[in-house]
Amino acid sequence: MTIAPERPQTGSLVEQFEYGLDAPICLTWELTYACNLACAHCLSSSGRRDPRELTTSQCEAVIDELQRMQVFYVNIGGGEPTIRPDFWHLLEYAVDHQVGVKFSTNGVRITPERARFLASTDYVDVQVSLDGATAEVNDYVRGPGSYDTALRALANLRDAGFRDAKISVVCTRQNIAQLDDFKAIADAYGATLRLTRLRPSGRGADVWDELHPLPEQQRELYDWLLANGDHVLTGDSFFHLAAYGEALPGLNLCGAGRVVCLIDPVGDVYACPFAIHDRFKAGNLLADGGFQHVWQHSELFTELRSPQTGGACTKCSAYDACRGGCMAAKFFTGLPLDGPDPECVKGNSEAGLAGARTVPAASQDHSRRTPTRNEPVMLTLQRQPPVSACAESPLAGFDPS
Amino acid sequence: MLDEAWAVSPSVALRPEPFGALAYHFGNRKLTFLKRPELVAVVESLAAHADVRSALLACGVPTEQHTAYAAALAGLAATDMIRKREAA
Ligand code: SF4
Ligand code: SF4
Repeated sequence: MTIAPERPQTGSLVEQFEYGLDAPICLTWELTYACNLACAHCLSSSGRRDPRELTTSQCEAVIDELQRMQVFYVNIGGGEPTIRPDFWHLLEYAVDHQVGVKFSTNGVRITPERARFLASTDYVDVQVSLDGATAEVNDYVRGPGSYDTALRALANLRDAGFRDAKISVVCTRQNIAQLDDFKAIADAYGATLRLTRLRPSGRGADVWDELHPLPEQQRELYDWLLANGDHVLTGDSFFHLAAYGEALPGLNLCGAGRVVCLIDPVGDVYACPFAIHDRFKAGNLLADGGFQHVWQHSELFTELRSPQTGGACTKCSAYDACRGGCMAAKFFTGLPLDGPDPECVKGNSEAGLAGARTVPAASQDHSRRTPTRNEPVMLTLQRQPPVSACAESPLAGFDPS
Repeated sequence: MLDEAWAVSPSVALRPEPFGALAYHFGNRKLTFLKRPELVAVVESLAAHADVRSALLACGVPTEQHTAYAAALAGLAATDMIRKREAA
């Protein structure tokens, strides 16, 4: 058993966060692994519903517990959460129990009627995913038609009088040049732009090499955020860029298991939405005595709240600002957790990435087994490379002589 | 401010934390950290006192710190975490 370290009574907020809080501040709850899309970089490898997904009454019990713990709001995602038949019920149940909701959607179910309902509620925030400012760039990773779906949802929200929707963009090699265009789209829809980092999580691991921003694009992103960051949300996405010099607005530490947490559709509790892997599973809220018990007492979270060593990073002049970057990004690229981030702006992970490393195998995958009509085309090139020639042709290697 | 009557805003909830408390405003969705248990005590007792000064005194805050506390409270007022009430 790990013994919780003695918490200092004073110290900065960041230091206090490192010791963890009684309840998370940034809790994501994925309601289903089912999704109408099949984005190439899906962090949760979503597609098919899991038969063990929490029932409506189990979800209500989770909300009751969040209310008791005073988790004031939850980020609901998936999969595509709105395709759960009880989604709208759970949304109302949460806000009726003092748990505000921000939900992420690809827009598929945001009809004019739903948009009017959303505009009439307080405490509900909507975040529409868009990974390109043009259909060409967006649909390349999110699949044909997904750009139009997202913009239609944004138009419905605006026309219904919903104020300040969020447009959530995963920054990639293909869209870094479009930051100003994204901002213009947000302005046109009365929305706020949210930029996030592409992490090599879920199916993101398969496409990370191709999609993650190049070093000079990271610099471009950093400069753009310095100039525009006050009006853009970033969460904890870019604190590894603080190593360029000035810190950016946003949460400047890895909050995994300290202030950040994920509840997945079957009730498994992970340290972070980008860390869906057995290595970062703290427990299950059905099997292990409820969410509060897992949050406050799991061995994994106790370990994450203990002082961490910076490894090779402690020698770096930027360590105080960058703190070695994102745990999930290191893990899923097979780098040591106490060394530099794979996108270390000082180039200190280049040797590690070039050397021998083992990328951990996924511990869950809810991707659809057969391709669908609206799957992004790059997937057929990227996903599931043939294990051997034999997997492509049953006669490969057959030598009749 | 010291002579005015204040209280926690109706749409604000306080959650105790080891370092003090976390205040959440359900209306503007702002999250604020009260980084000292003493400040939490003052904020919670505002509504029960005729003015800020008597809340500070009741919580044992020495007079020479009153201006500093008033500044912290003004910061909370800026995001509507606390609100001025009409004197009873
Ligand atoms: S693992 Fe990465 S994404 Fe998760 S909380 Fe830490 S920095 Fe954020
Ligand atoms: S060496 Fe570590 S601390 Fe320094 S910039 Fe790279 S990731 Fe950040």
